[in-house]
Amino acid sequence: MKPPRAPGDLWLRLLARAEKRLPALTRLRAREALPIRLDRRRIYVLPTVFGLVFTTMLMIMSVGALNYFNNPALLLTALLGSVSVLSMLIAFRTLDGLCLTSVQSSPCHAGDVLALELGFAPGPRARAGLRIDIGTAGRILATPTNEPARAVLALPTERRGLMILPRIRVWTRWPYGLFRAWSWLNPGIEVLVYPRPEATAVPLPLGSREAHRSIVQPQGEEFGALREYRASDPRRLIAWKASARHDRLLVREPEQMTGQESVLDFNALPSLDLEARIARLTRWVLMAEERRTRYTLLLPGQRIGPDLGSAHAHRCLRELALL
Amino acid sequence: MLLTRRQFDLTALTVLCATLLHAPHFPLWLTLALTGLIGARWLQRRLRPGWGKPPALLRLPLTLALPVVVYLQYGNIFGLEPGSVFSVGMLVLKLTESESPRDARAVVTFASFVLMAALLFEQDLLTTVCVGIGVVPLLLNLHALEADGSDAPQPLALRSLGKQSRFVLFNLLAAVPLAVLVFLFLPRLAAPLWATQTAPKGKTGLSDSMSPGRMGELFLDDSAAFRVSFDDGVAPPPAQRYWRGVVLWRYDGRTWSRAGGMVLRPDKQPLQALTPEIAYEITLEPSEQRWMYALDLPTTDPGSETRDEDYTLSAAHPLSKLTQYRLRSAPVYRLDGLDSQQRQRALHLPANFNPRTVALGRQWAQQYNDPQRIVQAALDLIRQEFSYTLSPPPLGRQAMDDFLFETRAGYCEYFASAFAVLMRAAGVPTRVVLGYQGGYWNTTGDYMVVRQSDAHAWNEVWLEGRGWVRVDPTAAVRPERVELGSGAANSAYASWYGREWLLGLRNRWDIANRLWTQAVVGFDELTQRGLLRGVGIENADWRQLGITFALSMGLLAALGLWWATRRERGEGDAVDRAYARLCTRLGRRGLARLDTEGPADYLRRLLTQWPQARDELEPLFVRYVQLRYGQAAIDADAARKFVRSARRINAARLRTV
Repeated sequence: MKPPRAPGDLWLRLLARAEKRLPALTRLRAREALPIRLDRRRIYVLPTVFGLVFTTMLMIMSVGALNYFNNPALLLTALLGSVSVLSMLIAFRTLDGLCLTSVQSSPCHAGDVLALELGFAPGPRARAGLRIDIGTAGRILATPTNEPARAVLALPTERRGLMILPRIRVWTRWPYGLFRAWSWLNPGIEVLVYPRPEATAVPLPLGSREAHRSIVQPQGEEFGALREYRASDPRRLIAWKASARHDRLLVREPEQMTGQESVLDFNALPSLDLEARIARLTRWVLMAEERRTRYTLLLPGQRIGPDLGSAHAHRCLRELALL
Repeated sequence: MLLTRRQFDLTALTVLCATLLHAPHFPLWLTLALTGLIGARWLQRRLRPGWGKPPALLRLPLTLALPVVVYLQYGNIFGLEPGSVFSVGMLVLKLTESESPRDARAVVTFASFVLMAALLFEQDLLTTVCVGIGVVPLLLNLHALEADGSDAPQPLALRSLGKQSRFVLFNLLAAVPLAVLVFLFLPRLAAPLWATQTAPKGKTGLSDSMSPGRMGELFLDDSAAFRVSFDDGVAPPPAQRYWRGVVLWRYDGRTWSRAGGMVLRPDKQPLQALTPEIAYEITLEPSEQRWMYALDLPTTDPGSETRDEDYTLSAAHPLSKLTQYRLRSAPVYRLDGLDSQQRQRALHLPANFNPRTVALGRQWAQQYNDPQRIVQAALDLIRQEFSYTLSPPPLGRQAMDDFLFETRAGYCEYFASAFAVLMRAAGVPTRVVLGYQGGYWNTTGDYMVVRQSDAHAWNEVWLEGRGWVRVDPTAAVRPERVELGSGAANSAYASWYGREWLLGLRNRWDIANRLWTQAVVGFDELTQRGLLRGVGIENADWRQLGITFALSMGLLAALGLWWATRRERGEGDAVDRAYARLCTRLGRRGLARLDTEGPADYLRRLLTQWPQARDELEPLFVRYVQLRYGQAAIDADAARKFVRSARRINAARLRTV
């Protein structure tokens, strides 16, 4: 993970403030639903600094050519100038018609890098040098003809809870870096960021009274504990050896593997402040999942579980994130 | 961010092209040094990329040495030549320290200027085409500096280079209409903004003075001096192709130079045409000299230019642009008008120079006592005793004595000079004429091109009763110089250069050059005003030109914007289209898909009708459903495979299987 650069940071802060105060000036759009298709009404083109320098050089060249009454030199200058103008149209075409169809992400923990996947619809036009920026994360993309394209951006996360994605900037300097075409996309995607787990692993509170009651005895032999793979099963539950023997994917029933149960009680940790409690509970949820121990999460005003599995973990982490 | 190897290679290539385009007017050692510097830097970047840019201790002396080198070479750091060395040197030095894309962009920007500067020295078709080729690596470089996002291999692979070159070439081609439009309508300056320096030497053609040995390098210069088209389309015979330029009167013992010429007074018309005149038009290449040339003696005034008493034509300013003028000349004429002052000037010889020559002249004067016989005696002497060579032995202080009595070998300058001294010593008024003799008649283009290598010097002597008569002593020693042109006379010295097969090629190339010169190089304000002649406006003013320009620009802009905003038809998934095509084909065989039917339903209906087609259709439809509805994103390979197999289904066969 690359640490964000300071000047970029400052720029982003300025931009965020400008978006708040002067939304029209920053071309901030209201949130829009997917798919978002770029068209000429929302693509902006301006010369880059290099473009301006190059244009100045062309000016100097044309004055020189005129002064020396040198027509071939003038023709050369005019040709370079026209290529520049043409490159502006090419830059525009690189963005025009681009269609953002999906934004997907799997939740991550605060402090981790969120992998955000943007999907673009296939189109008849091959594009190259397409740059996609969200905040400090950027990615350069080339999309072949008639194939959907995906861009995975690594977004740094800092805080738990729902993260509203900043608007997406799609831009390009293709093909010669003389002009920059850009457009803002504001799909208004909210991404859940789980709390940061505690760094030190405090042992799980095991074997409480309540837990003993709900122990599920292992049923039968190892074979009886297996069932057919279903599409939503986590990969780590796959019983590889058994699958290899039976020539199809088999999954262990999580319940059958547990021997104990734990209760993760928010109110049982009075010595810690809110964030530390959440961090510890998050860690415990992860540990319980890892050991496949059934667990119950007790939060103020709600009780989740007892249960085990990715769906349960997601519910618990979600509640913790939004607490 | 550092330049990748590929990016650096292209930057080095850009600089190399720009440098080589300047090589023709650079001293050889400088070209070698600059190329060596580029090569060294390239090797260092390739073999030891870890070293980064060379240390300042190395770069600073090089940078400081540049102006010193320029000064030592040219004695001046201003002007076109030193300036070009300066800018190319700076460009190469910039390459030696280029490590980042920013540096490479600076190189590209400056390289485009250097490319243009190459055209300031030579604007013929060949140079322009070379510069045009030099633009390609420039744009390729800019292109490579932009990351395209594909994970293509980085090194300078020929295949990817070819692909990108195609892109760049298409770009250049598409840019031509706009470039031409801007070129046609850009207002030209009436006068230069700053004084343009004289053209570099070697481009000067004939100068306005003559001393033996000076013309030597001109004979090797094969560029055109001027081109002539005759109104009746017939070229004069070779013996009449004397293109008269500057007339020289004054002799200081070594150099012939021009005496302050007096303008021909309108009331004095010493020239009489004895045969019908030939009308022709001359297109003079820029020479940075004031002299203009005519077929022998012009009976008409070329216009604003002055005509001296001795019929030397000169423009008011040095000709830095292509110049066109029309003249008339008579092949046979009589030129009078020798007053006492002119006679004195035409007989003057400096004291204490060439005593033996003067003595011989005086002896002839007594011996023959007839100017015509004296001339004949001199021509006989030259014919019998002298030889023609392009590399004559050097002459001492008494140059003509040395030539006439010792070395006896030389070319036109030597003969003209010696002849004039002899004649003046014998009391025959004589002057030296500089000009061109010969010319290639280009049958394909119906015009004549006279090259710098056709430069020639001859004499005019005053014979009582006949006026000024042209005498060419060189023709006495080597008649083919006049009959066949300089190429034939010098053939012993130019090994492969003037051969027949090359001549044809060169003449054809000259047509292209002439068209280029007329259409592009010679394009000026006057041509610009005539642009609208096609729509009936003879002499367009700026308002009319502006309106035309705006209209054409608008048209071009509309075309460009149409292209930019155009959406390709049938935007959509290749898989969907392949499926749709498959359905259409199946429909043509009698089982069309209903609008309400999904793939699964359609397949079921197909199989009930054509159960025999199950093996072929079922996997295809299953794959389609998987591709279309199974995953979030379609796997490209699977999609391609589906499209291929869908195309291979033969609907007609399905029904009959």
